[in-house]
Amino acid sequence: MPSEAAIEEIGPPPRSYRNHLLRIASFLTVMVAWELLGRQVAPLFMSYPTAILGAAVTMTADGELIQGLLVSLETLLLAFAISAVLGIGLGLAIGRYRAVEATTDWLVNALYATPLVAVIPLVILWLGLGFAAKLFIVILLAIFPILINTASGVRNVSESLIDVGTAFAATEREVFTKIILPAALPYMMTGLRLGIGRAIIGMVVAEFFTAITGLGALIIKYGNQYDTASMFVPILVLMGLGILLTAIVRRAEAWIAPWKTTEDE
Amino acid sequence: MRKVKLAIQEVSKTFRVRGGAGQKAFLLPVLRQLSFDVYDNEVVSLIGESGCGKTTLLRIVQGLVRRDSGTILVDGKRIEGPGRDRGFVFQQATLLPWRTARQNIEFGLELQGVERAERARRARELLDLVGLAAAGEQFPHQLSGGMQQRIGLARALAIDPAILLMDEPFSALDAQNREILQQELLRIHRRTGKTILFVTHDLDEAIYLSDRIIVMGAKPGRIKRVIDVPFARPRIELPRLRGDPVFQEMRAEIWDLIRNAPAAAREAAVGVSVD
Repeated sequence: MPSEAAIEEIGPPPRSYRNHLLRIASFLTVMVAWELLGRQVAPLFMSYPTAILGAAVTMTADGELIQGLLVSLETLLLAFAISAVLGIGLGLAIGRYRAVEATTDWLVNALYATPLVAVIPLVILWLGLGFAAKLFIVILLAIFPILINTASGVRNVSESLIDVGTAFAATEREVFTKIILPAALPYMMTGLRLGIGRAIIGMVVAEFFTAITGLGALIIKYGNQYDTASMFVPILVLMGLGILLTAIVRRAEAWIAPWKTTEDE
Repeated sequence: MRKVKLAIQEVSKTFRVRGGAGQKAFLLPVLRQLSFDVYDNEVVSLIGESGCGKTTLLRIVQGLVRRDSGTILVDGKRIEGPGRDRGFVFQQATLLPWRTARQNIEFGLELQGVERAERARRARELLDLVGLAAAGEQFPHQLSGGMQQRIGLARALAIDPAILLMDEPFSALDAQNREILQQELLRIHRRTGKTILFVTHDLDEAIYLSDRIIVMGAKPGRIKRVIDVPFARPRIELPRLRGDPVFQEMRAEIWDLIRNAPAAAREAAVGVSVD
């Protein structure tokens, strides 16, 4: 009779460990291939990892990367906070009250379906090229996934959980705060996670089309200078930002609602 | 004469069934002029084929469904809606997944405005009573189905209701867990002296748990017969009780009532479940 420890060692290594190795191997392969192939192409059209790294060091040293990042973050985080508050508030009302839903659903659907980049000229006419216009554009993009997920979270609260509240003679208000709100929380977090991705898109779009600032400005500046390696640096920072912020919301999701992880949209 | 705890007087209910594609809406009478009393400290089971309205009746008593007519009295007081004088145990435990077992038990007390320390004390008592003293800080998804249902029972008992309403609470459990929980329920009944109205479709469960069994018929739901269960309390375990000829005779009688079968078919029915 083998001991338990012996049994554990038999068979392939745990799946997660093997997948981790595969991931690292794949990453290294792509990096090496990029480095080798990138060096064959004219530097105007393509760059390669070591050149980008060099450019990143220079840009960090003279402070323009940090400066650009801070300017971008200011718009992004403020607009996202406003989107979260408005989106969750409106989503709760729409999900809970049929009348509010009927009043607003056509508008929400229409705006959600519109490619919002198309209305940017209008936003500029209204709000100019400054900070307000940028905030507005980011909010316009970020708010809908938050609002729609919150509303569907409220609508999807299982009837049997509401029965529990009713059976214990909870008031309408208690049913809302003690059952509907916590039950919808995972959906809200999913909305926030999807919203942050769209907020980053909105931020870059705003930086391209209104007053040129932040990381978007760096991309345009180095693009105009045909300095492709430097242009890659803010792009990669944006990528990292997207990964980081999404991971933070995902972590918050697991912490706030450990009993449930919802599917994407 | 024993004290009447729950009086159900001429309760009727008709559902309006919305028509599907190409079908007209129609009225479905679920309960017609139903009356019976449940006495203090008694366990009464409602049993009958599906569609006989037993669960609807239980939900009407709790106030989850509105009755069309009739009167329901709990401790002589007419009831109109949900109230904390009745504790409800659902078919699925339906614990709130974001609350720990203890916080789930405290749910009703919280709504009553009982202060934190007192709530915690009550919850500890009840965790003890249902045999889960160590599981208070676990979340529902960490508990087995049987444990979840014990917490559901503790949650209903926490508000110290006059009567406990149980809607097929053990039907989702495997056979072994079901028998364990049935035994536990009898033990808790002995300890607390609660009056229990119990809906089931399981013949053995009805006989094992009840002082009286109300056999209902369908379309519309009505009482076919009320059967007194003669076994003394505390009862011997169900697997042993099943060997008793009286038990088998009762089982066959209820089976026939539910299936509308002639008496000759009884012999064959012994040992067969309604399911």
